[in-house]
Amino acid sequence: MIDWFANDLINALVLMSNFVLIPALSYGSQLALGALGITLVYGVLRFSNFAHGDTMAFGTMVVILVTWWFQSMGISFGPLPTALLALPFGIVATAILCIIFDRSVYQYYRRKKSPPVVYVIASVGVMFMINGIVRFIIGPNDQRFADGERFIIKAKVFKEMTDLSEGLTIKVSQGLTICIAILLVVALFWFLQRTRMGKAMRAFSDNEDLALLSGINPDRVVLVTWILVGVLATIAGTLYGLDKSFKPFTYLQLLLPMFAAAIVGGIGKPVGAIVGGFVIAFSEVMITYAYKKFFKYLLPENMEPDGLMQLLSTDYKFAVSFIILVVVLVIRPTGIFKGKVV
Amino acid sequence: MSFLLGENMSGGYGGADILKGCTVGVEKGEIAVIVGPNGAGKSTAMKAILGMLSLREGRVMLNGKNITEMSPQARVAEGIAFVPQTNNVFVSMTVEENLEMGAYLRNDGISETMEQIYTLFPILKEKRRQAAGELSGGQRQQVAVGRALMTQPSVLMLDEPTAGVSPIVMDELFDRILEVRQTGVAVLMVEQNARQALEIADKGYVLVVGENRYTDTGVNLLANPDVRKSFLGG
Repeated sequence: MIDWFANDLINALVLMSNFVLIPALSYGSQLALGALGITLVYGVLRFSNFAHGDTMAFGTMVVILVTWWFQSMGISFGPLPTALLALPFGIVATAILCIIFDRSVYQYYRRKKSPPVVYVIASVGVMFMINGIVRFIIGPNDQRFADGERFIIKAKVFKEMTDLSEGLTIKVSQGLTICIAILLVVALFWFLQRTRMGKAMRAFSDNEDLALLSGINPDRVVLVTWILVGVLATIAGTLYGLDKSFKPFTYLQLLLPMFAAAIVGGIGKPVGAIVGGFVIAFSEVMITYAYKKFFKYLLPENMEPDGLMQLLSTDYKFAVSFIILVVVLVIRPTGIFKGKVV
Repeated sequence: MSFLLGENMSGGYGGADILKGCTVGVEKGEIAVIVGPNGAGKSTAMKAILGMLSLREGRVMLNGKNITEMSPQARVAEGIAFVPQTNNVFVSMTVEENLEMGAYLRNDGISETMEQIYTLFPILKEKRRQAAGELSGGQRQQVAVGRALMTQPSVLMLDEPTAGVSPIVMDELFDRILEVRQTGVAVLMVEQNARQALEIADKGYVLVVGENRYTDTGVNLLANPDVRKSFLGG
């Protein structure tokens, strides 16, 4: 009896890991990286950058094009996706794109000392422009560019190894997402906390006038911010594309969960963006998961649920981040880590 | 001519002139205090000297060099340090990081200057790992002055350093400012607490509607019955 129950409990836990924990961890990492880019722009340049989703799409597009070029030349990265080798190209191209748009659009409003809402509207314009560029170059359709090994652990192998009836699958893209996100976040925090430039960025974000009085060069701070945005957006976009697939419109839609993540955590706070990313990802996955099988393992046979035991259909997953966003804005607009509100 | 001199300054924020030919100067190793009623243009005079306000007439000289056309940042690089009245620390950064940011323009070692500032303000050494935003008002003012001193300036300008701090903290801040003067720095400050400020001032300027009304040593101004009656409450 006990053994049988323990076995069911483990099966239920494996089931949850397979369909909730691991997907949410990797989706959360992708959201966290995206939200970090949004939060950096908000903290340093003081506006909500609506073009961030399409900036990610642009970076991913460059990575895909370079990946195809590498593949045509027979270059591969062994078991890892070739896209990783193409990342530097995407990062450089995206950083240049961001700097071009800063020089041609945002700089003008900075000189005029425009209110934040003007920047937001300008960023919507930039969003449509980048969106157009991306669709023009690579088209609006789904693109697959993942190669190399697909799985770290396959469900079948896992079942044979453990003798459980539930399998656990970990995709290479999921493992990579989590590892790269951790490395990138550690590097970013080291940069912001320890280096002269990073401290100057924090100082500029904290108190612009005093930063200027201290001799911090605002143009340098802005330039470095856009480079960091290029790095974060390209990597987040590529990881998302490897994990799911690349479609320009999907990246536009990602804007909502990413903004929700940044605001839940406290906009302008890097730690908040990371925590917010996971809060949103776990809520989305847990609310749209069908728990029928999970309860089947845990409840006695005669109490088995009839329905899917799903709180919300996956079609409504964006409603989850939207509701969280609204609730946070109403109850605690500064978010978990007390970000700033302009 | 004074080490730092704002001479015959006229100008305002676009509309009518706020400064009308006002002259303010300070020597090295001296404290000069600008006092006067509200709206006299005290803070505006400071801003004009720092270059945050463009002058219609007059000039600003530092050590014989005309700096009238320089940006505030360039003037900081020339050795003028400024402590604003409000928002004068990086609240989210630690005390030590605040001091580091003060020395942002310097490329040489800053640990010695930092030690000097910790000797001047021992409480900052104790709190150096704490965020400046968590400190009390008086401690924050010490961080603000410390940050300004990190550039090793030749002129320290303070805009109402004692605004909103208790009388005890005010006395302590004035003592520290006297110590800063000992190191040969020229100190120029605007003060609401006119009596106490004039007591430590080598030179005092009484401004009224953008013009110099009285200019004398601090002691003489305090002794002047007209000044006492009009500006110091008898």
